[in-house]
Amino acid sequence: MSNSYGIMESIKRKKISELLKYDKRLDGRGLMDFRKIKIETGMIGTAAGSALVSLGNTKVMTGIKVETGTPFTDKPKSGVLTTNVELTPLASPNFEAGPPREKAIEMARVVDRGIREAKAIDLSKLCIDPGKLVFIVYVDIYVLNHDGNLFDAFALSAISALLNAKMKKYTVKKNGELKYGKGYIKLPVQNYPVEISIGKLDGKMIVDPSLEEEAVVDGLITIAIGKKGEICAMQKRKTGVFSVEDILLAITIAQKKAKEIRENILGELIAKNKKA
Amino acid sequence: MSNKKITKLLKKNGLRLDNRKFDELRSIKMEIGVLEKANGSAYIEWGKNKIIAAIYGPREVHPRRLSLTDKALVRCRYHMTPFSTDERKRPAPSRREVELSKVIATAVEPIIFTEFYPRTVIDIFIEVLESDGGTRCAALTVTSLALADAGIPLKDLVAACAAGKIDGKIVLDMNGIEDQLGEADLPIAITPRNKEITLLQMDGTFTKEEFKKALNLAIEGCEKIYDIQKEALRKEYIIVKEETEKIEEE
Repeated sequence: MSNSYGIMESIKRKKISELLKYDKRLDGRGLMDFRKIKIETGMIGTAAGSALVSLGNTKVMTGIKVETGTPFTDKPKSGVLTTNVELTPLASPNFEAGPPREKAIEMARVVDRGIREAKAIDLSKLCIDPGKLVFIVYVDIYVLNHDGNLFDAFALSAISALLNAKMKKYTVKKNGELKYGKGYIKLPVQNYPVEISIGKLDGKMIVDPSLEEEAVVDGLITIAIGKKGEICAMQKRKTGVFSVEDILLAITIAQKKAKEIRENILGELIAKNKKA
Repeated sequence: MSNKKITKLLKKNGLRLDNRKFDELRSIKMEIGVLEKANGSAYIEWGKNKIIAAIYGPREVHPRRLSLTDKALVRCRYHMTPFSTDERKRPAPSRREVELSKVIATAVEPIIFTEFYPRTVIDIFIEVLESDGGTRCAALTVTSLALADAGIPLKDLVAACAAGKIDGKIVLDMNGIEDQLGEADLPIAITPRNKEITLLQMDGTFTKEEFKKALNLAIEGCEKIYDIQKEALRKEYIIVKEETEKIEEE
């Protein structure tokens, strides 16, 4: 549809579109290929859990903090999950310092929905004193280098950091008071949602769009898939439109790619988490 | 709304708490041209939702650096009044409102001939006066009427409607309590003439089969909404036509 292009973008769009006709991409990948994914965890000592994810040249870091606070009035027995995204100015010439704007807020909310709706964390296990005191899990996502497809990188770093996270052992006294003991326990992680963003350009679908591709595709859709292949969250982005067939095809692609990533890349972390 | 420990959303006879069938919309009323200063405006009552939308523009862009050289900028502010919810909502825009503003703008842009108005802005202002689930769909529906009222050249209207899952069953157009306690929510918007999807969000859990069913149900809902939109426009323009004829006779 009518995205606004500068001269460079329109040249790149033409090139990218021409290559797509032969199922090729600028960086030599196939249409259904992700860039190289690398996950490191636990490098931040002050955080309860942390992860650094690189997706090609895109680099994002997530830190988890667990604190106590009051629950929401409509969910007195449930812990609280808070997701925040910051597009730090060091990551891209187009990011400015300041409070999150609509772009960052949309990203944070889509990542949050993926984790929340998949029930990745069992929030019912984070209640200390119903209506009064619960654990709050802060998921703070920071982008260090922006080279496209931040959504998928964010979601991947968030779940990796959650899998890596640990909190102090605690007991709850009869009067509802919280007492910390020695040693650590894992966060109650029970599902491993993976988000897959799919771009559409001139009728062709691609996964993991790079920065250059992201700028010129007509339509973008992000789909969060849980461990059983269930769809947990979706968000259509950009102004391009999709047909019903497009959406159904995108779901099939997302289910396949999410499974691959969960098994091949998150597998080790999940196994480690289960063992602990 | 009284939240007295509601656990079931479907009654024994299969009807919903407000006695609707699974594929039934709430009652909907639309009105066009309700504000005088705005270039275009419209009002909608969708169940208990009451929403007003105003269009200003195409007009000069402020701040200037946001202007686009080849088309108009479409900018939206979706806002809920503090008295529109059960508990008072703080007047400052919440993160939810910021996100909805963005998705609403991207969902209406495809129907506007933005290339006719380079270096200008089309501002969409939406105020939710009362809310009861499904405000984004109602807001989007009323926005496209306000755009038509503003006389901005459009390729089609945008009709929006949600489908979801309550008590394991796929239903159309969920109200506040169904949205809150239901298992999944799928708001979509389409351009009804060529059935292109301009907005799609989802949260909850669906299998692919359930998703397909919900998507088709939501599209049916959008088509019904489209009929009501067309009727509202027609009514408005019959009045305009009669008035101009009267003037001509005099």
